[in-house]
Formats: sequence, structure tokens, C-alpha cells
Amino acid sequence: MQGMMLNRAKELLGNGTVNRVLGWQAGEFVYDITPAIFESAEELDANFVYNAFCGNNLSKYLIKETLKDGKVLVFLKPCDTYSFNQLLTEHRIDREKVYVIGIPCDGKTSGEVLKSKGMTGITGIREEGEEFVVETIYGDEKIAKADALEERCLTCKSKKHVAYDELIGEDGEVLDSHRFDMVAQLEAMTPDERFAFWRSQLSKCIRCNACRNVCPACSCEKCVFDNPNSGISQKAAADSFEENMFHIIRAFHVAGRCTDCGECSRVCPQNIPLHLLNRKFIKDINELYGDYQAGAEVGTRAPLTNFTKGDVEPSIVYHREGK
Amino acid sequence: MSNVNEFKPKIVAFCCNWCSYAGADLAGTNRLSYPADVKIIRVPCSCRVNPMFILRAFQRGADGVILCGCHPGDCHYTTGNYYARRRMTLLFSMLDFLGIEKERTRVEWVSAAEGAKFAATMNDFVATVTALGENKRLEDLRCKE
Amino acid sequence: MLKISLDKLDALFAAIAEKEALYIPTDKAGQPQFARYEEGMKMTNALNTVKSAKDFFFPQTETLVKFKMSGKSIEIIDPRTEHEDFVVFGVRACDVRSFSILDKVFLVNPVDSYYENRRKHGTIVSMACTRPAETCFCHSFGIDAADPEGDAVCWKTEDALYITAKTEKGDALIEKIRPLLEECGDEAVEAQKEATKKILDKLPLHNFTTEKYNGEVLLKAFNSDKWASLSEACLGCGTCTFVCPTCQCYDIREFDTGHGVQRFRCWDSCMYSDFTMMAAGQPRLTQKERFRQRFMHKLVYFPANNGGEYGCVGCGRCLSKCPISMNIVKVAKAVEGDL
Repeated sequence: MQGMMLNRAKELLGNGTVNRVLGWQAGEFVYDITPAIFESAEELDANFVYNAFCGNNLSKYLIKETLKDGKVLVFLKPCDTYSFNQLLTEHRIDREKVYVIGIPCDGKTSGEVLKSKGMTGITGIREEGEEFVVETIYGDEKIAKADALEERCLTCKSKKHVAYDELIGEDGEVLDSHRFDMVAQLEAMTPDERFAFWRSQLSKCIRCNACRNVCPACSCEKCVFDNPNSGISQKAAADSFEENMFHIIRAFHVAGRCTDCGECSRVCPQNIPLHLLNRKFIKDINELYGDYQAGAEVGTRAPLTNFTKGDVEPSIVYHREGK
Repeated sequence: MSNVNEFKPKIVAFCCNWCSYAGADLAGTNRLSYPADVKIIRVPCSCRVNPMFILRAFQRGADGVILCGCHPGDCHYTTGNYYARRRMTLLFSMLDFLGIEKERTRVEWVSAAEGAKFAATMNDFVATVTALGENKRLEDLRCKE
Repeated sequence: MLKISLDKLDALFAAIAEKEALYIPTDKAGQPQFARYEEGMKMTNALNTVKSAKDFFFPQTETLVKFKMSGKSIEIIDPRTEHEDFVVFGVRACDVRSFSILDKVFLVNPVDSYYENRRKHGTIVSMACTRPAETCFCHSFGIDAADPEGDAVCWKTEDALYITAKTEKGDALIEKIRPLLEECGDEAVEAQKEATKKILDKLPLHNFTTEKYNGEVLLKAFNSDKWASLSEACLGCGTCTFVCPTCQCYDIREFDTGHGVQRFRCWDSCMYSDFTMMAAGQPRLTQKERFRQRFMHKLVYFPANNGGEYGCVGCGRCLSKCPISMNIVKVAKAVEGDL
């Protein structure tokens, strides 16, 4: 796959279709991959990489890239294409300045996932059939690929590309992913249990703002939390109220626009399951206002900028099942 | 004789300028009584209320927050309250998801002619919040020192 | 050298916790964190905590002063009280060194009394590493993971915990728990040090060094053309700075409580767009300049002002936590070519 992508990228650079390539660059170890811009075939040959660790969603970088001159080639995984469409819907990127190649994805892993399985001293990784052989300074360890997947990939919503100029490999299908199971489990708990769960999770927050900054839906020029006059202690874990407010408001601001790409949970240094907040909104929207997948099509009206006269009343919250 | 330590909840009521605020006025001119702990904040439309306003009210010491607007279909700006309805539904559901008492928040449609409804609503809401007690789950200790 | 068998570790913790506040690294909500010891709490098996131990002396948020208004009078409240004595147990060699780096910032004139107060009352019990990770490079800064600094030092073997004091504070702590400990030789500890050294030699970053960086190369490093591409993908989040044991920049802000004002300080991050914001705006206009600031500070400015000591201890937290995997090792290696 990496070879095909590399060749195609060099062709498109060579024939002048694009003047740069947005992709992933190899790092110090096997897993520390960085998004990067490549401007020549030499740079591509030296550093371009695509493997199971290339989890970063590149679509948000296009906001910055499409302000520059010339066309950029970008590789998008199925879930990234939803973010791409959503950004197009919100007029945040210039479609004319992007050449999208859709690439297949079998689910991603990460250094953090491997470490959470007790592996340390990782120096390399080999694929052997359905297994990864992780080379460490303490000896080789095997792990089934399915067990090494990131949480968001275990509940992958779609292998289908919803936007591309060309595809490398086969396109997939929208999946029945059970991604709301954990939300439903929490809903079935008592309010006290839910409160305890979220306090234990949100109290870990260090206010690094990585979730916000990586989020393709958080594309405001100036975030409300960066306004010094807003009275928000944006970088201070000052009080439990601030933690709650930041996460509620952040999730609310992307409600109906979040494509559930899972970047927020991936980047959280404290492993807070932030995607559950977003999924709660998605689940509610689906149940109350009809199924809606942000980014599935360009130009759709988001549920919160829309209404019907027969919408349910807010009092439904007091009567819903399972609470 | 009333107990001096009796809990009296602080309630913030966001009222739209065109219907509910006028409804509150009417309740006043008709001498209908509702607890003085209800603090009314007038907003141009129920749709003006940002979820942050609701949270802010709790931060600043409110024990319950209620949003009143024109009945659906009667919005002075035609559709504002339809948007507010969706927003508040989702916000309240999220607060509940975080384990925060859902009865502390409410939306009620009160027209300019419904002075009695306004007073009844406030009485009922104050009773509900009084039963719940002080807001502990969405409090900011810095504001309570 | 003194030792205690591992099955008596709970008794040891309980004995310390009885006399003063004890903090140990434990798994809390799925993450290794320092937490105040309670009965039954177990030490984490993770190599290190996500957030460093600097919180104990330089907390992420602390109130400096409070103003309370009633009518026309303003009451000024100084929240400083003599800090309680506390023990931080199981601090790794890298984090222990970070305290001496923070000391160079907060204990020089004018002394930061908030920091000093905590520093004076804290006893650090370090723990030698036996399974360093690929992201570790503390040896690059002359830190020995097998034989850490600290008020008292521990080595954990398969069956026992060995402990020895290095300072007066350490002596005082061991005195309090002496009945639980037994005298022993240091063969097991020496053997462990040997074994750990062999592992340290095998680490992928074993040969990493920052020795080319110092105050002399300031302009060359500053003007390197690598910064643009290195910072290209930076999200501008504060993860690296907030998990870093040596980052010490802070902001002072005020919070309006409705009946007064609380002036607090909180960690700041040079990666943020409002870092060092002044009336005239932010001096570092793009992410490139903010990104450069972080690494120049650690590799050039800090050693230039502090006798060659770098503002990094090689704990590897930024290597594993950066959302885009850009870190001090990659930067130091890339910019090195221009020096």
C-alpha cells in the first residue's frame, strides 16, 4: 500500500497536478508518526510512510493548506473523509485546491495501545498474518492485530470513503459498529453512578486542550475558551466546575457536526473517553431527530441548525427509558 | 414558625422579552405570588440562551435554571424557540448523562397572556428544586467561599 | 542498607501515612497517577506517571491571594499557611532531577515562597528503574536511572524493597519506620544496578546527546531553517508542557467570584496562542515561533543561564504523549546539523 501511494504521489507531483503532498512521516521509533508536507520526490522517498500507526486525521490541516498557493495532495482514510466533507460543508476548505486520494484502512494501532498492553522498550514491529510481532529490548511479544486496535477502530463506523478524487484499493461499506453500546451502558446506570464515573474521568483532565486543537470540527478562528474576557480559566484545572464546563461546552459546540472520528480520545494524554460525550449527542440526535451522520454528504443542514415543528419537548429528558 | 435554616433555592429564569417576560409582568400586575428567589434575566429570545449561560448560572450559585419562551409557533422572530428547543433538549440530556440532576433544568413556554401559568410554573419549579436541595454537582466552590 | 519484604509494603505505607501525608504512584481511573495513600492502595506497575511529580511543589493551579468584598470594604486574604509535611514515594530518577531544575528557577532571588514552603516540607523517596522504556534518555543528562538522587532511595527486587537515606530528611523518615526495616548487605542492589545498566546501554536513545547545544550556538539554533518544517504539524496544544517535569512557565490570572476576586497562578504553555500576551499582543505570532521557544528554552537559554544544565531530564513523556509525535529528540537531532 505504501509503495502504491508513494508512486502515485510522485506521479502527481511530477505532472504538476499538485505541488505538495500531505501525508505521514516516519519518526524515531516505529510508532511515532508525524503528519508532514512533502514537496519533492526525494523527500517522499526519504520519509513518507503509511502503516498501522498512521492514525492522525489529516483533514484539519487542509484548512491551513488550502490558504496557500497551489493544489495539495492528501491521503484520507475512510473516517477522515467524513471530516473532510464536514469541513467542506462549513466552507472551511477550498475543494478546488485539494486532490484527495482515498486509502483503505484496516484499523489503526498506536504506541500507547501497545504500551497499555504491557509492552515496553519497543524497537520494532513485524506483521505475521493476523498478528503483530512487537520487538522490544526485553524480547519479542506477539499480539493479535484485533487486540492491538485503538478503541475508535474497534467500533469503526465506516470503511466507505465519502469523498475522493481517486481511490487506491477497494472501497468498503458503512458498518454496523455497535459504537453506542458504551453510551447505552452509561445511560442504564443510576445518575449517582454516572456522576462518579464522569468525575473520576474528567478530574484527570490537565487542560492541555489537545482534544480541542486536534478536532476537525473545532475550527473556530478564535475559540470561546481562548477569550480572556470570558472569565474561563482555560488552562487551569481550577475547579471541578471548570472541567465539567469545558467538556460539556466543547462537546456541545461540535454536536451535530462531530463525525465521530475519535481523534479527541486518541490524543488525550490522560485517556479520558471523550468520544463518549460526542457519541451521546450523536445518539440523542439519532433517536430524537432521525438518523444523521455528519459529513456523510456535503451541504446537509446540521441537526442543531435545523428543526421541525413537531420536535419533542425538552421535558422528554425526564421521561426517557433506562435512566 | 418557620425554620431559619430552611433551604431556599436560588433560581435563575431566562425569559424571552416578547412573551414570558410580559407573562411575568402580568403575574405581577395580577398580584399572583411566586417565590422571591426567582431571579429573572430578560433575553431577546429564548434562542439567545447559549448553553454556557445555563452552566454559568449554576457556577454563580443557582440551584435551578429555567428557560421560558414563546409557545412554539409564536416566536417573535418566527423560529427562534424551535432552535432553543433542540438545544435545550440535548443540553439537558447531556447534563443527565453526566449524572447532574435533570430536574434542576427546565424549559417552559409561557405567553404574554399567561400570568397565572408563569406564577404556577415558578411555584412548581421552586418546589421541585427545594426538594432536590442545594446544587452540589455543578457548583464552583470558589464562588461559594 | 535496610530492607523490607515486599509483602510488608502495605505496613510500611501505613506507618508513613500515620505520621505524615504520603503520596504514591498508583493506577487511578486507568492511569498511573500520584495519589494520597489510603489503606489498600497499590503501587502502579507502570514505569512512570502520566503527569510528572512537579505538581507537589509547583501545582497546576494555586490561589495566590484572595480579595473579598463586602459593601465598600475589601478584605485581603493571604491563603498561605505552613504546608503539612509530606512524603512522595516512588519518584523516578528523572523526576527527582527535575526538582533541582525547578529549584534553579523558584529558589533564586526573589525566592518563590509558595514553592519554597512546599519544598521545605516535602521528602522525596526515589525508586530506581529496572525496566526503562524506549523513550527514556535520562542518561543523556547524567542521570543514573539505576541509582537515583533523592532524600531516600529505594530499589525494588522480586521479593524485597531496599532503602537507604541520602539526606537528613531521608534519615528522619527512615527513623520513623525503622522498626519495620531490617539491616542487610547491598549485594542485591548492586546486582540490580548492574543489570539495569546493561539494559540502559541497549536503549535506542542510548547515544542521544544534546552536548552541541549551549548559549554559544544561540543564533545559529534560533535561525535554523528547520523550525518551519518541524513545527508544521504542531497542534498548539499544551500536552508536552503539561506532562513535562521541568516546564515552569506560569500565568497569573484573576477569577471573579461574584463577591470578590481570587488571584491564581496556573501553568502556562509556550505552545498556546495567548502565551506572554501583552497589551501590544502576542510577541510570537505563529506556531513556529512558539514551538521554537519551547525547545530553545530547554536546549539553549536554560543552560546558558544555569551553568550548562539543560531544561530536560529525558523522562520521555513528550515522546509518548505528543498527539503528532513531535518531540525534543527529533528537534535536537534535526537542528543539530545547523550548529
